[in-house]
Amino acid sequence: MNNTEAGSGQYAKRSAFKAMWKQLQKNKGAMIGLVIIGVIVVVAVVSQFAFDYERDIIAQNVANKLQHPSLEHPFGTDALGRDVLGRVAYGARYSLAIGVVSVLIALVVGVVLGAAAGYIGGRFEDVVMRITDIFSAIPSVLLAIAIVSSLGKSTFNLMVAVGVASAPSFVRVARASVLTVRGEEYIESARAIGMHDWKIVLVHILPNCLSQIIVQTTLRVASAIISAASLSFLGLGVPAPAPEWGSMLSEGRAYIRDYNYLMIFPGVAIMLTVLSFNLIGDGLRDALDPKLKR
Amino acid sequence: MALLEVNNLRKYFKTSRGMLHAVDDISFTLEKGKTLGLVGESGCGKSTTGRAILRLIEPTSGAVVFDGVDVTGLNSRGMRRMRQDMQIIFQDPFSSLDPKKSISHLISEPIRESGIIRDGARIEARVQELMDTVGLSRRLINSYPHELDGGRRQRIGIARALSMEPRLIICDEPVSALDVSIQAQILNLLEELQESQGITYIFITHDLSVVNHISDEIAVMYLGQIVEKATADELFRNPLHPYTKALLSAIPVPSLGDRPERITLKGEITSPVNLPEECRFRKRCREAGQECSSGIPPQVEVEPGHFVACFHCAARAG
Amino acid sequence: MPANDLILDVKNLAIRYETEDGNVHAVNGVDLQLGYRKTLGLVGETGAGKTTTALSLLRLIPNPPGVVECERMMVAGNDMLRLPIDKLEEIRGNDISMIFQDPMTALNPVFTVGEQIAESLEIHERLSKADAYEKAMQMLETVGISRSRGAEYPHQFSGGMKQRVVIAIALACNPKLLIADEPTTALDVTIQAQVLALMKALKNKYDTSMIIITHDLGIVAEVCDEVAVMYAGRIIEKGSLEEIFNETLHPYTEGLFNSLPNINDRMSKLRPIPGLMPDPTNLPVGCTFAPRCGYASAACLERQPRLTLMSGTHYVSCMAYDDPGFAINRRKQ
Repeated sequence: MNNTEAGSGQYAKRSAFKAMWKQLQKNKGAMIGLVIIGVIVVVAVVSQFAFDYERDIIAQNVANKLQHPSLEHPFGTDALGRDVLGRVAYGARYSLAIGVVSVLIALVVGVVLGAAAGYIGGRFEDVVMRITDIFSAIPSVLLAIAIVSSLGKSTFNLMVAVGVASAPSFVRVARASVLTVRGEEYIESARAIGMHDWKIVLVHILPNCLSQIIVQTTLRVASAIISAASLSFLGLGVPAPAPEWGSMLSEGRAYIRDYNYLMIFPGVAIMLTVLSFNLIGDGLRDALDPKLKR
Repeated sequence: MALLEVNNLRKYFKTSRGMLHAVDDISFTLEKGKTLGLVGESGCGKSTTGRAILRLIEPTSGAVVFDGVDVTGLNSRGMRRMRQDMQIIFQDPFSSLDPKKSISHLISEPIRESGIIRDGARIEARVQELMDTVGLSRRLINSYPHELDGGRRQRIGIARALSMEPRLIICDEPVSALDVSIQAQILNLLEELQESQGITYIFITHDLSVVNHISDEIAVMYLGQIVEKATADELFRNPLHPYTKALLSAIPVPSLGDRPERITLKGEITSPVNLPEECRFRKRCREAGQECSSGIPPQVEVEPGHFVACFHCAARAG
Repeated sequence: MPANDLILDVKNLAIRYETEDGNVHAVNGVDLQLGYRKTLGLVGETGAGKTTTALSLLRLIPNPPGVVECERMMVAGNDMLRLPIDKLEEIRGNDISMIFQDPMTALNPVFTVGEQIAESLEIHERLSKADAYEKAMQMLETVGISRSRGAEYPHQFSGGMKQRVVIAIALACNPKLLIADEPTTALDVTIQAQVLALMKALKNKYDTSMIIITHDLGIVAEVCDEVAVMYAGRIIEKGSLEEIFNETLHPYTEGLFNSLPNINDRMSKLRPIPGLMPDPTNLPVGCTFAPRCGYASAACLERQPRLTLMSGTHYVSCMAYDDPGFAINRRKQ
């Protein structure tokens, strides 16, 4: 074996992402979930151009109120004569944005605290974990209600509230996976070459916890969407007249006997979004779990 | 002067049941270019000793003098520099390599970390040189550890340790996870490296035939203490401590014919928690007598270079 | 040897695992015979197919992905290939028992060791709870653990003690065949010596036949009557203990011996076998050992050698012996 002139360039680098993607593609559920999310994202983007917010989404037209689904209004119209299809389509952005942003907040707070607790240990870990316990002992919707009522009602405050409520689970997952990885010999090996602690966490520990955290993130987006919708349903979420799915459910509640489509369409929208995120999360878990790989 | 001098090294762990004496008053010296075999059963503290010398575990007390410098007194910067001279090869070639990093990253990491070479192209050249040295084909440079077998992974571990050009390498059971034919390849590699680069080894193992093959001197550990220490030839020819004798007689020999009488020990190695001040081996020793519970037997040099910590053997030899 | 004198008679066993990345040919045409009260050492390195072979004898290869093909598989008079599942379950633990390598995971942490030994007695011997427990206590004493510890949980035992408990469970129902997969690999030398001595004594006491799977030729020399050396899913040499150790024929077996440090001559150089075992998804056409073999000729790369009787009970699978003058270096000395 004497190819001295051959640099490393000729031996292609391989990416872990590609391997994961290949694995994920085999999972039917995850692919269905991805397709649905893709459609929802497209709908959210397209509705920006297809509808005019002032004219099509929130303008009231009492003459048109409570019409059953028809060719003109495929999803019917609501009590104020607004087109339900337009509102459901336009509402996708709220759910997606709230789900993603609130989980990002939870992710950053949770992973930093959890990883630090797991790696540093001792007193610091005790304090962080007890606070986490306290937060998780309060039902997350109740916690979010408390936060929204103290911060005031706005979309951003809703994101913060849902984010704080889902942070404890990230603290737990991050700490647990850091603890598992910290015991591995390659961490000791990194210390043996004189690597600084913070660098060990960044270079060796977090990348090896990543799969757990990715899975947790995906699953949490689903529950964040539900929390946000519940808060809106209770009137604590996105302020009216914005077409948030939860508030649409709330508005449709009074007419459920005769105009059930007012609840069915936003309800199905929530269900499909949440289901898809859960399917993707489960698929990712399988794809990233090295034990299932052959 | 000796390259490494370990004096009264101790490592105690606090446990819920009491103080665990993992390493209890260990002293030895090691000359440059030699190999000291540290042998004993699981739980005897041999791995902890290795880690305490490198301060991967902070020793409770004692001194580790490397080339005239007491390592235990160094601050973190001094220790960082010292780590270039003192390296370790781990037992498990599966858990000692970060699964998310490529071979080239793993081998170059110590070089980049210590900053001995800063130029990217020269680092790459050095990585290839190291891969040649340890017998890894260059086409593997972008592979990941899980794609390789145990022997190749262990070669990566060795290349990592070699990359800083250390003077001392602590080998913690480097071949016990490998198949015999691969084990022999790695042992030969370690021996060649010692010849060509003058590296000093502390070789930690439970395998007596391996330790006999590779060591110049052997120290037998039992419950955190060295019970006997001698050159490899001397120890195998003339074992004195009852534990050493039992250990040697228990080796399954891969040949037929006469077998030495096997000394079967009663019981098992106990956990070193809250030990009484007596010979640690007393309860399993068939030669134990009254005096054995009178205190911890001191190390006595019964012959030049042959130390034993046993009331009986010392009395007999003296 | 007439077939009814055999506890084990396997003909042409082949096992492959069908995976997405291709078929893993774990075992490729193995014949095994073992007489009553004999101990067979199945020797080889990781990936040689030892454990797969053993698991298939209990019909424990999961399908999918495992596919077992075999002409004949008789164990203690049972035709293992044709028995229905409920019959198989009766035989496992009763006629055949298996000891696994890792005693730490072989015991259930939520039951006491006494209960775990009694359990198999209740199932297979149909003993009452009290009788089974009493017999379990006797078994504990047989393996050198005092009966007072029967009410303790596995985590209260050390590694060696756990392996003794595992042996007690395996032997509780007096199996005709005991398969031990690396039974002492996880143990320290002095404990290994105790366990090996115990297994030898119990084998004689209960007239059990044994298959010991190991990579350690030292253990083989100590406890086995017969040896089969496996390489890449094939038996490449088999014979009596003396034949294998003193009249070694196959270059791979020689390589194994040369790889071991010689305890009586510490300065002797180790002579490892170069290279690696072939990838079981992509086995070479000819002799599977030829790429690593110092004696290989062009013919070895083209054709698979057959296991041939050389003398006595000594079989070897090596084409070099087509030349009657051929001898490996170990024999020349």
